[in-house]
Amino acid sequence: MKQASLSRRNFLRVTTLAGGGMMLGFEMLAKALPETVADEVLFSPNAYLVIDPKGIVTLMAPNPEIGQGVKTALPMLLAEELDVDWQKVVVQQAPFDDSKFGNQSAGGSGAVRGRWESARKAGAVARQMLVTAAAQTWSVPESECYTENGFVIHKPSGKKLHYGQLTEKAALLPVPEDVKLKDPKDFTIIGKRVRNVDNKAIITGKPLFGIDTRREGMLFTMVKRPPAFGKKLKSYDDSATLKVPGVKKVVRWKDVVAVLATSTWAAKKGRDALKTEWEDAGPLESTPDHDAAFRKLIYTEAEKPVREDGDAKKALANAKKVLESVYEVPVLSHAPMEPINFFADVRDGKAELYGPTQVPGRCRTDVAKALGIPEENVTLGLPRHGGAFGRKLRSDNAVEAAMISSIAQAPVQLLWTREDDMQGDFYRPSSVFRYRAAIDENNEVNGWYLIAAALNSGRPSIADNFPAGVIPNYRNDAHNLQSNIPTGPWRAPTHNAVAFAEQCFLDEIAYELKKDPVAFRLELLEKAKTPYGNINFNIPRFRSVIELAAKMSNWGVQTPGRYKGFAAYFSFHTYVAEVAEVSVEKGKLKVHKIYAAVHCGQVVNLSGAENQVQGGILDGLGHAWHSALTFDKGAVKENNFHTYKLMRMDDAPPEVEVQFVPSNDPPTGLGEPALPPAPAAVCNAIFAATGKRIRKLPFGPELA
Amino acid sequence: MASFNLQINNRQYTVDVEPDTPLLWVLRDELNLVGTKYGCGIAQCGACTVLMNDNAVRSCSLPVSAVGNNKITTIEGLSENGDHPVQQAWDEADVPQCGYCQSGQILSAVALLKRKPQPTDEDINAAMTNICRCGTYIRIRKAIHLAAQKGGKV
Ligand code: FES
Ligand code: FES
Repeated sequence: MKQASLSRRNFLRVTTLAGGGMMLGFEMLAKALPETVADEVLFSPNAYLVIDPKGIVTLMAPNPEIGQGVKTALPMLLAEELDVDWQKVVVQQAPFDDSKFGNQSAGGSGAVRGRWESARKAGAVARQMLVTAAAQTWSVPESECYTENGFVIHKPSGKKLHYGQLTEKAALLPVPEDVKLKDPKDFTIIGKRVRNVDNKAIITGKPLFGIDTRREGMLFTMVKRPPAFGKKLKSYDDSATLKVPGVKKVVRWKDVVAVLATSTWAAKKGRDALKTEWEDAGPLESTPDHDAAFRKLIYTEAEKPVREDGDAKKALANAKKVLESVYEVPVLSHAPMEPINFFADVRDGKAELYGPTQVPGRCRTDVAKALGIPEENVTLGLPRHGGAFGRKLRSDNAVEAAMISSIAQAPVQLLWTREDDMQGDFYRPSSVFRYRAAIDENNEVNGWYLIAAALNSGRPSIADNFPAGVIPNYRNDAHNLQSNIPTGPWRAPTHNAVAFAEQCFLDEIAYELKKDPVAFRLELLEKAKTPYGNINFNIPRFRSVIELAAKMSNWGVQTPGRYKGFAAYFSFHTYVAEVAEVSVEKGKLKVHKIYAAVHCGQVVNLSGAENQVQGGILDGLGHAWHSALTFDKGAVKENNFHTYKLMRMDDAPPEVEVQFVPSNDPPTGLGEPALPPAPAAVCNAIFAATGKRIRKLPFGPELA
Repeated sequence: MASFNLQINNRQYTVDVEPDTPLLWVLRDELNLVGTKYGCGIAQCGACTVLMNDNAVRSCSLPVSAVGNNKITTIEGLSENGDHPVQQAWDEADVPQCGYCQSGQILSAVALLKRKPQPTDEDINAAMTNICRCGTYIRIRKAIHLAAQKGGKV
């Protein structure tokens, strides 16, 4: 029989660990419970939830919160099946423990999708056991009992017990293997608007983030890093640094020199006083070199296409007309608002870490490997992240902090400046897309040939993207431009670039064929019913969002002085269609409104879901408008927000209307899919307004 | 090192720091008021916004020696119980995503509402120059209008 109980002493130990020693869990519980009884037995049939004898329900949020709302959404799943009053639950960040929680990562828009079954089951199991405990207490059949808002109620007599009164008995029951989940029509929490569980802590400035970690004896640590990709550290002189008041130690690890001090400012001044000599360790690349190489690659046929149906080259050769366009996107930095940081205390063969990682499992492995200690000697606490966008899918920050702590033999809080972050990122690759479409005698697209090239990328394009499968002669070649500029996943990887190019090119074709862009897409979708090769999208879902966005935006009806653009895209199993409404006056763009229709299966938290869609759209639009990172001999030129521009309030559309296609299907991803179509929807609207195509991002503050 | 007397959140603090230390790091490292955030260090992002008297200032670029007798309010001191009308509006509109920029956004909004209790969209565009990397601008705007409706003491 599995253990369904837990002592409060153990529970506090666990939650204190999750709170990174900031005693968050303890504080919250202590407030709820004046006298804490250490040996009290709590009901905990699984790792997801704990109910104490006073009826306080603590729900665990296993995945890191990076701003995607998972700390609210996952506990909602538990609460729904547990049948508790949402207002009365305490939500805790779970500690990292993959033996209990399985995959605890945040990325690929997968956390809610991955736990849809297991989290609801965890709640349902507990509810079932509480019902059994109550039925036994009253000696009545279970079938006469039901649950509501944290109570088990005996229907015929109206007797009721709150869950807390049943914990002792329930804790002794066997944990049922099989439980019935609710019918979606009975949902009272899932699908509703629920506020972010950390709102109160956020708006009062509580220490929620990795950067807020404070420990006894901790030293604030800054690092001096190579000034360019292709440079390495030759030597350093720390004599001036060690004279800076507050500086305690200087240590070297690989190519970084770390300055440990009693305050951030002392560490920074100490770092500025370091004398370092760098030497070349590889090519020093510049953006114009990449651009020149791209231009060659997109005119080079690949040996092996990533997808080929029919004969695209022949179709192009025999076409009545060939449309050809080249689209370009720049390198981007992740630039999460909270700069890179990590707390590490490594001593006596053990390591305690606390900080932002999207992949705790890999992070622990990487840290253990770097330190040469067993994984079980590494503990890892998971704070809320000040944004991630893919940046924390690598554990470079944790490993660096751990190594510095180990070498310096001191607890450290590593903090990178924004400049360090922009010079030390692994970036969204720049990429170039050359599209050709063959138009035949019947004014149909019967050939499509895309040659894509991207900087240091394993996936320059997405082989099976729409309209693959609907064009008889389709070919996609992809070239990787090798580089020592590190690149990696950035919110909606590859999609974030290719969607812009593809959705703008489809618009160009529609215009050329004198077809309405929405009707044109629906026409293509219709053809997908008898596909060429495989198709990886769901036709009715795709159709549903295209039609809904058209309806929401009154597509086809012109508002004087306003122009509309359309884009539709699917990624992470979610379908999103967007309409942008813009005006352009004297070269100045104004985005008045964006309409978004989304099919993501069952919406879990309506407020959070809408926030993700709006945020994704603004993220896509803001970067398309303003952001580019360029290199000069391996060094980034835009190293802070004065030159690496991000969207601000004045450019944000005042309204982004979001509608979800009603569905009770299992939830699909939502952190990323709204982003890819946004740049194209706006650029297509700019074309409608000005007659000019935008084929290179960012389009900048002044439209020519 | 030099000694400075600071008035923060209606309390008197004495700190012993280098005179060029930005107020941001005094708050975070010396006084453990970590609600004020670091984002860029060059007065660009507004994550470090605090109120000096009633004005929004970027504490990453304000040396502690320049603070003098001015009254500083940080997010921790905006209200006793987190129920300042702007804080309430932020919760009601469910603004935060990651939340990191929000203490700065809230204090910028408070400063705006003190000057203009009923701001227009244009006023909001002009005053709210803080960056939100998560793109919560739509809800920030909504929350400011909501707080303005609540009126009363901001
Ligand atoms: S940290 Fe001060 S404005 Fe960015
Ligand atoms: S909520 Fe994440 S930066 Fe604003």
